[in-house]
Amino acid sequence: MYRIVKKRVLNPTVSLMEIEAPAVARKAEPGQFIILRVDEEGERIPLTIADFDRQAGTVTIIYQVVGATTEKLNHKEEGEFLQDFVGPLGRATETEGLKRVAVVGGGVGTAIAYPVAKKLHEVGCHVDLIVGFRNKDLVILEDEFKAASTNLIIGTDDGSYGKKALVTDLLREQIEAGAKYDRVITIGPVIMMKFVCQLTRQYDIPTVVSMNPIMIDGTGMCGGCRLSVGGETKFACVDGPEFDGHKVDFDEAMARGAMYKDFERHAHEAACNLFKQEVQ
Amino acid sequence: MPNMRPDKNPMPHQDPQVRACNFNEVALGYTKEQAIDEAQRCLNCKHRPCVSGCPVQINIPEFIAKVAEGDFEAAYQIISKDSALPAVCGRVCPQESQCEAKCVRGIKNEPVGIGRLERFVADWHNANATEKAVAPASNGHKVAVIGSGPAGLTCAGDLAKKGYEVTVFEALHLAGGVLVYGIPEFRLPKSIVQKEVDTLKELGVKVETNMVIGRAITIDELKEEFGFEAVFIGSGAGLPKFMNIPGENLKGVYSANEFLTRINLMKAYKDGADTPIQHSTRVAVVGGGNVAMDAARCAKRLGAEVYIVYRRSEAELPARAEEVEHAKEEGIIFKTLTNPTEILGYHNPDDPRDPKNGSVAGIRCVEMTLGEPDASGRRRPIVKEDSQFDIELDCVIMALGTSPNPLIKSTTEGLETEKWGGIIADENGLTSRENVYAGGDAVTGAATVILAMGAGKTAARAIDEALSK
Repeated sequence: MYRIVKKRVLNPTVSLMEIEAPAVARKAEPGQFIILRVDEEGERIPLTIADFDRQAGTVTIIYQVVGATTEKLNHKEEGEFLQDFVGPLGRATETEGLKRVAVVGGGVGTAIAYPVAKKLHEVGCHVDLIVGFRNKDLVILEDEFKAASTNLIIGTDDGSYGKKALVTDLLREQIEAGAKYDRVITIGPVIMMKFVCQLTRQYDIPTVVSMNPIMIDGTGMCGGCRLSVGGETKFACVDGPEFDGHKVDFDEAMARGAMYKDFERHAHEAACNLFKQEVQ
Repeated sequence: MPNMRPDKNPMPHQDPQVRACNFNEVALGYTKEQAIDEAQRCLNCKHRPCVSGCPVQINIPEFIAKVAEGDFEAAYQIISKDSALPAVCGRVCPQESQCEAKCVRGIKNEPVGIGRLERFVADWHNANATEKAVAPASNGHKVAVIGSGPAGLTCAGDLAKKGYEVTVFEALHLAGGVLVYGIPEFRLPKSIVQKEVDTLKELGVKVETNMVIGRAITIDELKEEFGFEAVFIGSGAGLPKFMNIPGENLKGVYSANEFLTRINLMKAYKDGADTPIQHSTRVAVVGGGNVAMDAARCAKRLGAEVYIVYRRSEAELPARAEEVEHAKEEGIIFKTLTNPTEILGYHNPDDPRDPKNGSVAGIRCVEMTLGEPDASGRRRPIVKEDSQFDIELDCVIMALGTSPNPLIKSTTEGLETEKWGGIIADENGLTSRENVYAGGDAVTGAATVILAMGAGKTAARAIDEALSK
């Protein structure tokens, strides 16, 4: 069992948890992920490692409530326990030799972009951190982002905070203004990563995307997380989760990601009803 | 005088029509009377050919003699000297090609039902024995076992009995390896596996789940930082193969590993389970091994019409005859001499947002004929000209075999492997690294539970010799 050391609500649907998991914290690196189960009957869900503290033996996760499992997770409080917590899984982000990088995140994906930006910033790389949200109320981790970047650029879809622009527009502005990037690293909804990659292809900037497909074991056993990358099948759990964004078949990834949408919707409703009954 | 009835006592089974709709165990096991009657068919031959057919050399005639006397606990004690998992092996061993294949009674008639008797004895013990295993005094040596499948469990048990402090590291959240994620409940109830794991814990074995060796801890760290003097790698063959044909990444295409893991480990077949699984109407399972039969029979139980698509003929099916027979009884349709060339996808040209876009609509196949024998000794399948045809369906399960997971190899310097990924180990299980042993599917590629157990035993003996020097 893995204790929830800290819980912090970041916005109405996104929360942060610090989990006591010394074996994971010992080796965790930015770009890697964990798999957790909330309770004994729970499904296994992958979440990217948002931060870690080797000395305290804790690993931070940030999640958005989107389905039954994240709903159940969100009902857990500080001091309570998660059934299972395994990691670190996947390969770490390659940061060597990078001088100037744009890290582009959208929605809850910004939380995943954070440790990557932080590490790059720590090793002296110039980091433009471009983050986008739907509106002001959904903006998260602003202080952390500031501390982890040379230059923080926030955009919202409706203009209620920062610039009224999509992350692709914000990135284009930087490039047009003369920013010379060794690499763009983008993390967020698949559709957003697809458009970021379309943009960077025009400017010939190497681009890395972090994929978060459906998976079970996270060790290369099930193959549920497979993607087409440059015409080859890759497993996100062991070959990734980061891939050359100019080679990923995003349309296929989106279709595969929606495989259990109906099931998830029903399960989420059922979970919500259950919690409502408990409250009553 | 032995009982000279020519055929085995038949195994009582759930009715095929009933069992095709539930996940309860198919074979129900012998009664006491059936077991004693079957045991009396044994001739108790002096040269004991059956023992030579057993990969772990169980004293078969001795335990059968005890069954015939009605002393089932004594029979169990004889088996457990050589086998760590009798309740498992009695169910999933291919006895027809091992012990029973050598049985003298099998020359003219049916062999003695050795597997059925082993199962009976183990089940009797599990139901009636009250004594718990006792952990022996520690000899002060620490051994790490990677993987909690049949090889790892056996190696851990044998070493623990000798006083070693054994820690088993398992990547998943539950111990048992392929016994819990792969083999379905209706063939091997999970409570039996749990019982075996519990027994190991009573012997003092520590089981650490959620530990991915290679990521969380490397083998070098186990030895240098965590003080393990020897390591046994029993990480199995978990990497699924695909055919590399168009359409394999469509929604509704599963590896057998994923399909079976969702069902067996995650219990996705139960109403209200948190883990989803597609409930299909028509399913093709590609492959002809035991895993293909398991996947097909699971799909059937979820309510689908199920096809086994296999490129050779029925005679070459690698699955156990018993599994093929059970599958047929349950209504699985066999399309042999058939090979898929493409998985067809659904695409609605009028609605790019149609949720069915990108899901499986069918499978394109060609018919095959058999030519000259190939390197495997089996006749090589050849495509028949102009034989292409489509089957309409909504799910395809690829059961083409698995290879060893590359994670440990890629994180352990100096650990030599075959080109196809199998870890190279000598006859004692020793790898190219000092005090690092390996066995089971991680070495041989996908094989049987009993061979993995045998490798675990061999390695345990070798580790004991090496560390007690």
